[in-house]
Amino acid sequence: MSKTIEEINEKIKSGKAVVLNAEEIIDFAQEHGIKKTAKTVDVVTTATFGPMCSSGAFLNFGHSDPPIRMTKVWLNDVPAYTGIAAVDAYIGATELKDFFDIGKPNDMSYGGAHVIQDLIDKKPVKLKALSYGTDCYPRREIETFITLETINQAFLFNPRNAYQNYGAATNSSNKTIYTYMGKLLPNYGNVTYSTSSQLSPLLNDPYYRTIGIGTKIFLGGGVGFVAWYGTQHNPQRQRLVNGTPIGAAGTIAVIGDLKKMNSKYLKAAVFHNYGVTMYVGIGIPIPVIDEEMVDFLRVKDEDIFTEIHDYSVQRRNKPSLGKVNYQQLRSGFIFIKGKKVPTGCLSSYKVALEIADLLKSWIKNGKFLLTNMVEPLPAEQKVNVLNVLTEDEL
Amino acid sequence: MITKRIVLTFPEKIVTKPITYRLVKDFDLQFNILRAEITKDVEGKILLEIKGSKEKIEEGINYLKNEGISIQDASKDIIFDKEKCINCGFCPSLCITNALVMDQKTHELIFDKNKCILCGFCENSCPMDAIKLKI
Repeated sequence: MSKTIEEINEKIKSGKAVVLNAEEIIDFAQEHGIKKTAKTVDVVTTATFGPMCSSGAFLNFGHSDPPIRMTKVWLNDVPAYTGIAAVDAYIGATELKDFFDIGKPNDMSYGGAHVIQDLIDKKPVKLKALSYGTDCYPRREIETFITLETINQAFLFNPRNAYQNYGAATNSSNKTIYTYMGKLLPNYGNVTYSTSSQLSPLLNDPYYRTIGIGTKIFLGGGVGFVAWYGTQHNPQRQRLVNGTPIGAAGTIAVIGDLKKMNSKYLKAAVFHNYGVTMYVGIGIPIPVIDEEMVDFLRVKDEDIFTEIHDYSVQRRNKPSLGKVNYQQLRSGFIFIKGKKVPTGCLSSYKVALEIADLLKSWIKNGKFLLTNMVEPLPAEQKVNVLNVLTEDEL
Repeated sequence: MITKRIVLTFPEKIVTKPITYRLVKDFDLQFNILRAEITKDVEGKILLEIKGSKEKIEEGINYLKNEGISIQDASKDIIFDKEKCINCGFCPSLCITNALVMDQKTHELIFDKNKCILCGFCENSCPMDAIKLKI
């Protein structure tokens, strides 16, 4: 018994589609069995809301009179990249105000993610740009204010989001360290992790059978698309029998209209002594195309494992302290070397659940139809490392 | 008699010295260890509540400083901004008195101020800046 996306969409349009979130499907499949679940349920909504540094937005400011070919641009004093056409720019989430002391920024409280959030909150943003001036673009300097309404296009384009699982972090050293995995206390004082686990999109479709390039998604409160496979996409990570990878694996690049987004689901964040990042809300509907899909979708926290890494080791490869599942991590503590260690999550399960339910209501109300992917995400892809070489050594 | 809450940070070499014993013996101070993170040969932290006369407390603190221990006043208050909180569940991993815990059913953060001993370990940890400590 299998269903096509077209058949599912017909049911959505006639208001007859059965939609569950990725948490509800667990008990439903347990109670009714895989066969009946595949027949009854049409769509399962998955979601995540966590810090995703590889995020940013393309903006087009419109032309001033006389016009300027922007060479350097700042938004609320945060630099944006403008090495593209005259008034196009990309503001990256982790960009900081450019006041550098000796190799260390002295203000980590406001960055690119805050600019993006201010824009979607409809706040005025100061735009400053410099140029060398050309015959066609004579202006050499501009300072003005913009809002999301006054500019032409504004779209989020995140090169790496929705990581399919990620390693947990701890600290074996004798001092507190501040990392992108949060504040880590000395002597295995805590363990942190970041995923919506059983709700997470790519953990519910571990072999990318339905999520691919072109898939329509919930992004930051609006609608977006999977634009490409994400940077560092690593589908060949070691997997369990249920298909879930142990640690960081697949990723997606996503795109969507910033003008339709909402700061409830796209939020700037600061990691002390690390920098600025952005919490991105992503929801992906998974069509229940067959029984095999139900088998993947019923995955629960205790079936998903990750590795614990020691972040006090300042190297690319951080030593592993063993594997742990997300039921253990969510319980509030785990044991490392016989010591009871409290756990903390960076990704918000509560907001992820909210997104999954919001997407569920969109689909139930016929406001959101499913899409066939245009191309699958690569099933084979190697992650390269960066070696320091001379040209001859390449 | 006054009561004062201080945070002691030890350099690793003096972790093994009996400094709290000296506080009692030489300065007649009563103390209560509210939190300690001490391991031999590493930097340690103690949240201490000391009780005694104003002069003796000052003398005791000067003694500690001379021993190479850095002293900080403990936080006087903690402000939790529920509006800013996204319920990620990070801060409970820093809280040993379980003043900050996740409700397993609602996935919401619960802050019980009565359990908080103002140790300050959750300081600089909230990505949404929802926790502020006042010194």
